[in-house]
Amino acid sequence: MSTDQNRPFLEMRNVSKTFGRVRALTSVSLDIRVGEIHALMGENGAGKSTLMKILSGAIAPDEGSEIVIEGRRVAINGPMAAKQLGIAIIYQELTLAPNLSVAENIYLGREPSRGALIDRKAMVAGVESVLQRLGANFAARDKVAGLSIAERQLVEIARAVHARSRVLIMDEPTTTLSERETERLFALVRQLKQEGLAIVYISHRMKEVYELSDRVSVLRDGAYVGTLGRDAINPAAVVRMMVGRDLSSFYKKEHNAHGSRGRPILSVRDVSDGRRVEPCSFDIHEGEVLGIAGLVGAGRTELARLIFGADPKITGAIAVDGRDVNPRSPKDAIEAGIAYLTEDRKLLGLMLDMSVSENINLGVMSRDALAGGVLNRAKGRKRTAEAIEATGIRTASPDAPVGGLSGGNQQKVLLSRLLETRPRVLILDEPTRGVDIGAKSEIYRLIDRLAREGVGVAVISSELPEIVGICDRVIVMREGRIAGEVGGAAGAEQITQENIMAIATSAAKEAA
Amino acid sequence: MTSTHSSAAEAKRRNPALAGNLRGLGMLPALVLIAILFQILSGYVETGGLSWADGRFMSWNNLSIVTQQASINTVLAAGMTFVILTGGIDLSVGSVLAASAMLAMIASLIPGWGMLGVLVALIGGGALGLINGALIAFLRLPPFIVTLGTMTSVRGLARLFGHDNTIFNADLPFAFLGNGALFGVPWLVIIALATVVVSWVILRRTVLGMRVYAVGGNPEAARLAGVKVWSISLFVYGMSGLLAGLGGAMSAAKLYAANGLQVGQSYELDAIAAVILGGTSFVGGIGSIWGTLVGALIIAVLSNGLILTGVSDIWQFIIKGLVIIGAVALDRLRTSGNART
Repeated sequence: MSTDQNRPFLEMRNVSKTFGRVRALTSVSLDIRVGEIHALMGENGAGKSTLMKILSGAIAPDEGSEIVIEGRRVAINGPMAAKQLGIAIIYQELTLAPNLSVAENIYLGREPSRGALIDRKAMVAGVESVLQRLGANFAARDKVAGLSIAERQLVEIARAVHARSRVLIMDEPTTTLSERETERLFALVRQLKQEGLAIVYISHRMKEVYELSDRVSVLRDGAYVGTLGRDAINPAAVVRMMVGRDLSSFYKKEHNAHGSRGRPILSVRDVSDGRRVEPCSFDIHEGEVLGIAGLVGAGRTELARLIFGADPKITGAIAVDGRDVNPRSPKDAIEAGIAYLTEDRKLLGLMLDMSVSENINLGVMSRDALAGGVLNRAKGRKRTAEAIEATGIRTASPDAPVGGLSGGNQQKVLLSRLLETRPRVLILDEPTRGVDIGAKSEIYRLIDRLAREGVGVAVISSELPEIVGICDRVIVMREGRIAGEVGGAAGAEQITQENIMAIATSAAKEAA
Repeated sequence: MTSTHSSAAEAKRRNPALAGNLRGLGMLPALVLIAILFQILSGYVETGGLSWADGRFMSWNNLSIVTQQASINTVLAAGMTFVILTGGIDLSVGSVLAASAMLAMIASLIPGWGMLGVLVALIGGGALGLINGALIAFLRLPPFIVTLGTMTSVRGLARLFGHDNTIFNADLPFAFLGNGALFGVPWLVIIALATVVVSWVILRRTVLGMRVYAVGGNPEAARLAGVKVWSISLFVYGMSGLLAGLGGAMSAAKLYAANGLQVGQSYELDAIAAVILGGTSFVGGIGSIWGTLVGALIIAVLSNGLILTGVSDIWQFIIKGLVIIGAVALDRLRTSGNART
């Protein structure tokens, strides 16, 4: 394979794309080599997805753009053409039919047949060998519906391998994976690289990129910024390329909760649902940012939903400002001054077809309404304008559908909706998931500002640097219980990634 | 390379408000086109040549007939718009219309209190709609199944009300609603237009309407935002029933009679067709009442125009069905990339 090294498999030369008068890509030139893992980074809206769509044949680049595969100029005019050229893409939202088997999914669209009948035997045999090579612990005949997210991802990879793809593009593949699953995925990606595939790896996670990639290319505002080789990759350099400035003021923590911690705003006592959340008790104080850490599946989201009244709790009491509230529905919780930012803004948060303005006003429009429930449009417009200004939402117009905004801006719209209800307590579930670095730091600044104004903020996050960076005190959940606490009172353990992980993972030690 | 992005999709990206208006207009060009076609065809049938002036379709007299024919379906389709905007369906409106018409006729026979018939129809229709809503909101049954059931049961109820007979009232006190006119505009048309305007105000200018869109767009997100989703379900099916009741009163007023078996047969299909022709998404969240009005007019224009041009009854059915499919297909092409009908 040594002769293959450094030979570009796919080259893009001066690839541009304009939508109307908006330039989404400005003459990007990039080469992807055989047997390399090439990370592609950039904030949301930097042009990564446009570039992907061009490679997948979903959209056509402007005149003058050149795409060259193995020295030959090609036209990718459709998804089928992309497939035939050996380009495979694994999207964040997986594209499998859950009601079909693994083999049927992999062969979908080109099923082997004997006469008029599907040749299931050949199908299963063809797939089994690939699954074995990839180290899958499920069978070709298994239904996809019964597989975990990580296993489904493996099916997608198997599909690409089975189709003899030459370049595999992965869009944020680890967003929904646990740590162990991520490790397994990395091993597999390295194996595919050894086998001579070129891998384009799109991610927001610096650590992964650092660990995995041979080269990193950065896009900013639709333009190519540069490529770093293996030796030159370091987080500070990459961030500087992505945002065009330094990282020094990334995490914002100007509020002062240590010196003068306020009185408790939210008191949670023995709240449980009898299934995934054991009785949990904790307080959030005025002007405090409380981290809720723990592994995926430790019950953090479930606990938050119980507090918010989104799911029924079987035991426990909840008080806001010393008053018993015990919300039985999200409506009760909102009226009691509790707001909850869901971890899945597209599925559980936003109305994607409705406008920015409608989404922001959804929580307060009945409060603002004129007599007879008539919308107060003047007030709605004013709120929207202020929210766009205050949180820095980038949108063409307040009337544009939210679905067209980038992840970070969608998140700011959802946050604005919550803030309009003037909550006393704000529970943020993975507030920066799928959000670019610029929006991330804006969200941190917002959390800091709210704490200074006296709001009690709880942040559920799987990103430990984030927890460490912005929280005053952290409770750590494990298997549905609050297993420990760091920070806060004098004499408590320091808030460090190590201390949090020790509590989050020591289930076995304690049981022994 | 061929672009898979239609110009409409690009227009939407550039100016979402404009695209929204275009979509709201939706089938208006199709309506105008069909009307022009019928004017020319009816002229051809009359004279055997191409003569605009001899066409009978666009005479004031005929347009008045068309709009009256469209009126009851417009009222039903307005209610259906509320339901479909939440992602639901109401198959029972034809039967509810029949039952309400029967109630209206029965009440109209009470000496001296005959005008009560209209009110009784509205209350009866609204109540039946609320039953649909309650079954859907509280028992969490699928709307299709609930309203399929009530469609059948309520039809039986309508026959029961009249002991399976036709009820007549030659002195119907509210007959003017079906046959009279105010300043030359038929009452049926006034009622239909008023229904559309009120529906527009509710949908676009009130908190309730915004919540209808929100629930249709994403029910779980609406719940987490503090919307009582069950109350919205109750409202839209109640509204659909209420307007079916109004349709029942209009039908009774027009005919001076009602028959539980015959009135409102398969009206639900025309109402659904009007909503879909109007560009409202079948999965909810997207659509407008103006589109529904245009959709109802297209259906009425087709029926009337095919009769005027002497097309046989059998072919009328075939052509109407194909036009509905074709029109929606055209709309799909026009808005490809963002359509979710």
